[in-house]
Amino acid sequence: MATSIPITTTITDPIAAGLAAGWNVIDAARLTSDRIIEADVVIIGTGAGGGVTAETLTLAGLKVLLIEEGALKSSRDFKMREADAYPTLYQESAARKTKDKAINILQGRTVGGSTTVNWTSSFRTPDGTLDHWRTHYGLKNYSAATLDPWFAMMERRLSIGAWTIPPNENNDLLKRGAAQLGIPAAAILRNVKGCWNLGYCGMGCPTNAKQSMLVTTIPSALSKGATLLTHTRADKLVFVGDRVDSLTCSAIDASGLQPTGHRIVIRARHFVVAGGAINSPALLLRSRAPNSNGLLGKRTFLHPTVISAALFKQAVNGFSGAPQTIYSDHFMQTQAIDGPMGYKLEAPPLHPLLFSTTMQGFGVQHAEMMKQFAHTHALLALLRDGFHPESIGGSVQLSQDGAALLDYPTTDFMWDGVRRAMLSMAEIQFAGGAQSVYPVHEQATGYSTWASAKKAIAGLPFKPMQTRVVSAHVMGGCGMSDDVGLGVVGSDGRYHGVRNLSVHDGSLFPTSIGANPQLSVYGIAAMLSSGLARSLTGKVAPELVPT
Amino acid sequence: MTTFRSRRSFVKVGIIGALMLGSAGGIYRLMRPSSPAGKFVLEGSGAAALVAIIPIMLKGAIEPGPAATAQATERVVGAIAGLPLSTQKEIQDLFGLLSFGPTRRLLAGVPDTWHDARGDDIANFLNSWRNHRIGMLQSAYAALHDLIIGSWYTNEATWSAIGYPGPIKELV
Repeated sequence: MATSIPITTTITDPIAAGLAAGWNVIDAARLTSDRIIEADVVIIGTGAGGGVTAETLTLAGLKVLLIEEGALKSSRDFKMREADAYPTLYQESAARKTKDKAINILQGRTVGGSTTVNWTSSFRTPDGTLDHWRTHYGLKNYSAATLDPWFAMMERRLSIGAWTIPPNENNDLLKRGAAQLGIPAAAILRNVKGCWNLGYCGMGCPTNAKQSMLVTTIPSALSKGATLLTHTRADKLVFVGDRVDSLTCSAIDASGLQPTGHRIVIRARHFVVAGGAINSPALLLRSRAPNSNGLLGKRTFLHPTVISAALFKQAVNGFSGAPQTIYSDHFMQTQAIDGPMGYKLEAPPLHPLLFSTTMQGFGVQHAEMMKQFAHTHALLALLRDGFHPESIGGSVQLSQDGAALLDYPTTDFMWDGVRRAMLSMAEIQFAGGAQSVYPVHEQATGYSTWASAKKAIAGLPFKPMQTRVVSAHVMGGCGMSDDVGLGVVGSDGRYHGVRNLSVHDGSLFPTSIGANPQLSVYGIAAMLSSGLARSLTGKVAPELVPT
Repeated sequence: MTTFRSRRSFVKVGIIGALMLGSAGGIYRLMRPSSPAGKFVLEGSGAAALVAIIPIMLKGAIEPGPAATAQATERVVGAIAGLPLSTQKEIQDLFGLLSFGPTRRLLAGVPDTWHDARGDDIANFLNSWRNHRIGMLQSAYAALHDLIIGSWYTNEATWSAIGYPGPIKELV
């Protein structure tokens, strides 16, 4: 354990350095008057889609303005404490919920978006997903052959590669348990450079090892003249004929909770919406964007995720070491992609707040479970939604105050997948030597044998609020298709029926991805941005390269 | 099971309760002075409810006595303060529901005021909402669970009891 640790002062903070060098960053919380700002292109959102788009368009010579509702935080602010990280870096304090409150959604709200707080898992879009898109949505350009160069470019840009340090025990248990059962598992590629293997990716990387948008594309764009507006909420796109004329925004106070009263109007040649698959459709709905096929905000997917905890004799220390370094796609492949729901297995990081709220029950029983925290292992199963006719996902709506609200009705079709996933996880955990397994369900308890767990899971009522369901992957709502009856945007990301509006984020996906989606967003946003840059400048856009 | 008594009373009041659920929060909001800018304020019998629920929710993890409960209460209030104002309003309504005598008795099944409530009655109330057929009450239980338990374990003082060393000191 007593490895030598580099001293803190050697960690350079690219954000602090950039601000000192004179980046154009405006914290709207501090505005004392209304503003009108002009740009060639305004990008709403600074996550995976917005970051890649900003760098591409800036390098192409365009004057870019980035809009972010959250704050600009950097490594000096990332103290690895859940109590600080969730309120400052996540949408709704990491407690965003679906309309019926049955699913808890983790999404970033800070410069870099979810890439600032994700767990670094990097997968190219699976071939089966692309095949489905080509067959059902006419996305003929979406093949591995077309996309691979873009994925490869983003992998180089973001240092996505093999993680050569041995997995932590929490992940190794997935590997060992699966191997016992003859279930294939493999290593997850990560977007890191000089990673310290700490395990706190979800609270913002304190060492800038994670190659999120915060430390890559956004600093690159800002250093080449782009402007960033933080604490700025995009309220409405103003349409004039078949064009967007302007974007109206509200300045948000430093607490991130309420408008200060100051307004910002942005005029641009082109508007790119990249606020994530809940906020992007909500902005377009608030703006009354054209919606003749009624698909705007529909078919929103979550990779609904369920959890199985297990106690081991040995210490697991699931809070320590890189999260999610091993996965198994075995249960993605045991049935057709459009058959009963498949699921991907991974081992998430365990930290006290997230873990204690995930575990069911209260009082002595909960306290006893918590005392075993360091010996607890957890698996998650993320379910692949959106491929079967019975899996139509949710829909984004507006609440009375105009805020985004996702209605995601759960179905028996989904619960069937949840039950199978709970069984698979318990079996793997027992095969890995678990003393007891706790399916996360209000009516479950700890089971000490696979036989008793199997019997119990078979009898559990799976319905909303009884099983803890979470999501860290929101997709869809502005689905792509060149068939105007089947999609909100075309395969080039351009909004159907509007001349100067694009969508560049996970809301483009016509189904879920079936894998952690960050690299899918990076690669597709890179391809679309390159096309957009060419159409706006008449020149081929430069390639993104490591800085 | 000790939950039998309260389950039976729930069946009786199910419909009335569901109707009252929608209005109690509104009544409560009318009766109390408005908070600045819609922020959650813990006061009066809402505070008494939280102070009564915390030792039951955290039994086995929290030291008995008012000092630890006061600390946990402060953490819950701190956690609520970071939520969107619309969520803070929902939580305000939940505490309104718990504060209001008739809804406390009918919906929570707690006959005595929170100050005098018996621990068993509070545990029964939590268990009934946890498995209630009205989704809104289930989600209200989940909110209490997450706010009280989650904020408790963010407290560094709880970490040694659960074998969590905390983040490496060199970077904090």
